[in-house]
Amino acid sequence: MSGGHQVLTLLLLSAVVVATLAVTSWVGSRRHASSQEFYAGGRLFTPLENGFAIAGDHMSAAAFLGIAGLVALYGYDGMLYSVGFLVAWFLVLLLIAEPVRNCGRYTLADVVAVRVRERPVRIALGCSSVTVSVLYLVAQLVGAGSLVALVLGGYGGAAYAWTVLGVGALMVFHVVCGGMRAATWIQIAKAVLLMGGALTLSVLVLLRFGGDLAALLTSAAENSGHGKDFLAPGLRYGGADRVSRLDFLSLGLALVLGTAGLPHVLARFCTVPTARAARRSAVWAIGLIGSFSLMTIVIGAGAAALVGTDAVRRSNAAGNTAVPLLSVELSGGTHATGGAAVVALVAAVAFASVLAAVAGVTLAASAAMTHDLYASLTPRRDRPGGWSQNGWPQDGWSREGRSQRSWSQGGRRGGRKGEVAVARMAAVVIGAVAVGLSLSARELNVGFLLGLAFAVAASANLPVLLYALFWRRFTTCGAVCSVYGGLLPAVVLVVFSPVVSGGPQSLFPGRDFAYFPLENPGLVSIPLGFLAGWLGTLLSQRSADPARHAETEVRSLTGAGAV
Amino acid sequence: MRIEDPWYDAVATGGAELGCARATAPSHLPAARVTASPRQQRPVRRPAAHEVYQAVQHSAAFQQVRRRYRRFALPVGAAFLLCYLGYLVLAVSAPGLMARPVIGVLNVGMAAFLVQFAATFLLTWLYARHARLRRDHSALELRWETQEMTRAAASAAPGEGAR
Repeated sequence: MSGGHQVLTLLLLSAVVVATLAVTSWVGSRRHASSQEFYAGGRLFTPLENGFAIAGDHMSAAAFLGIAGLVALYGYDGMLYSVGFLVAWFLVLLLIAEPVRNCGRYTLADVVAVRVRERPVRIALGCSSVTVSVLYLVAQLVGAGSLVALVLGGYGGAAYAWTVLGVGALMVFHVVCGGMRAATWIQIAKAVLLMGGALTLSVLVLLRFGGDLAALLTSAAENSGHGKDFLAPGLRYGGADRVSRLDFLSLGLALVLGTAGLPHVLARFCTVPTARAARRSAVWAIGLIGSFSLMTIVIGAGAAALVGTDAVRRSNAAGNTAVPLLSVELSGGTHATGGAAVVALVAAVAFASVLAAVAGVTLAASAAMTHDLYASLTPRRDRPGGWSQNGWPQDGWSREGRSQRSWSQGGRRGGRKGEVAVARMAAVVIGAVAVGLSLSARELNVGFLLGLAFAVAASANLPVLLYALFWRRFTTCGAVCSVYGGLLPAVVLVVFSPVVSGGPQSLFPGRDFAYFPLENPGLVSIPLGFLAGWLGTLLSQRSADPARHAETEVRSLTGAGAV
Repeated sequence: MRIEDPWYDAVATGGAELGCARATAPSHLPAARVTASPRQQRPVRRPAAHEVYQAVQHSAAFQQVRRRYRRFALPVGAAFLLCYLGYLVLAVSAPGLMARPVIGVLNVGMAAFLVQFAATFLLTWLYARHARLRRDHSALELRWETQEMTRAAASAAPGEGAR
């Protein structure tokens, strides 16, 4: 790749960075000292804004470049993920969005703590949420690093390290200085940008074929070298053995159920004023994500039809360059300056999407670390009354009452400011850990890491949330068992999977302790999480408190006492 | 699986319900609690905060909101999830079936894919509509009443509520 091309790419990437910095400093100049402002952006986003932000959370660079590439390479089998995500978001709308807005303040543990004893559950859910978020962050950082290294060509190794460091520093800066408000606005801007880009590309592809979808698909099938098989399942998973089919099912299950357990997704629903607004933002998100998925598929099929599957595969074996190649083809078909500009533009958009995605995740991780872990593990003044430990303002309106009830309830740390300061430090720590892991995990597959984050979320976070909302007899013991019973198997199974040892591409290729055949633990660990919660409840010595069950039900369905 | 058609009569009664929910909802609550508005009438013993939630939970208005939500969300969610898992299993285990042509380039697999997409959009719209017409109004009434009652309980027993 030419030198001019690299300069242009660097210029565009800098423009993206400057734009996000501008957003953060504009937002950061406003008041954001309270924890409500920091974690939830003041809760005054409209459903449309929040819907765009949720869709932005979903449309990572992996979803755009990765899925378009998979469609270009494997046709139908590349489309299977899109359906999974749509189903996942529908489940979020049905079961999660409104109750979380009604019962939650900032984190997942807030919702569960209405039902059960607060401290053990906060510690458990804090651990699992931080694990999920760090895995998700590492996946995004590795993806960003690989992408920039790919575009900058020759400087591969150094470009990777500098990109990971730079993105890590930027995401920490955004979170520390702008909190949720900055993270949301960056996410919205990126979602609009990405939707615009996808819309332009898919319209251009359709115009090439005179608006005829059937012609596009036929041409894609012809130029893919697979003929009719391109439009039917089987190219990727069909010829595979039983194990890799099970692996795919495991990943599918994890994607569908994991979305509803991702901490940064749940945090999104706390940024709107009411449950109704949460529902409407989920509806917006489903519409946006659905149309985005359809456009991604059109773009992928267009890449197969216009560029050709073989050319895509030659450029990058995983198909990640299908979108840039297609853009070059659509913009005139030469690799001259115009083509280079398009590649640089696509790289900048992908970079912006990574930058936006990581800020929200870092914020969710820092909330889990501060609001759940730190608050539960530090000694504090005994709280009066044992009944409703996270004592909500009983009328739901009094601002004074709200500000007094941060976790430093005795005012020991100077009220709300104390929590935000700790949360900022937590964001720095999370960022450092994620950058460190990403620098050493360069060779790991981004898709695997993301699948793992979803699997852990589905095994550890989702069962406890569903049980707490819908099961009358759920107890503290059940909640704790459910979280650890999903988290530990997921982590242990990965350690004994072919990803870590036993294969040529493993972390430790020389050793072989791969006793578990699947790469994604979801198929086993998700049922285990549900089973552990059920067993823990049956075996617990205390029975459930009907009063707190009543409080959970009434609050989750009506919004009484919601902040 | 029994799936009621909860949106069917929403078309017929939705409008009327908006009008009557205000009148009917409070009357389902236990009388002593509903009239706990401080100035009107003073019950002998005010309920504690957690008793308020249990009273609301047992009220007919709340049971109706809960029933309407669960009858829609749980069966639809479960059925939809099972459909998707069945689709995945079929896609990886029976590619021959999915490749069978229907019309033109459209084969069974493509059709199933498009049906899943369309069904998601349709069900999303139906759920939002169902919630808006059949739940939101009663839920909001219940919210204000519950908050009124918990506030009364809190003012009666400061140690209990004002934490």
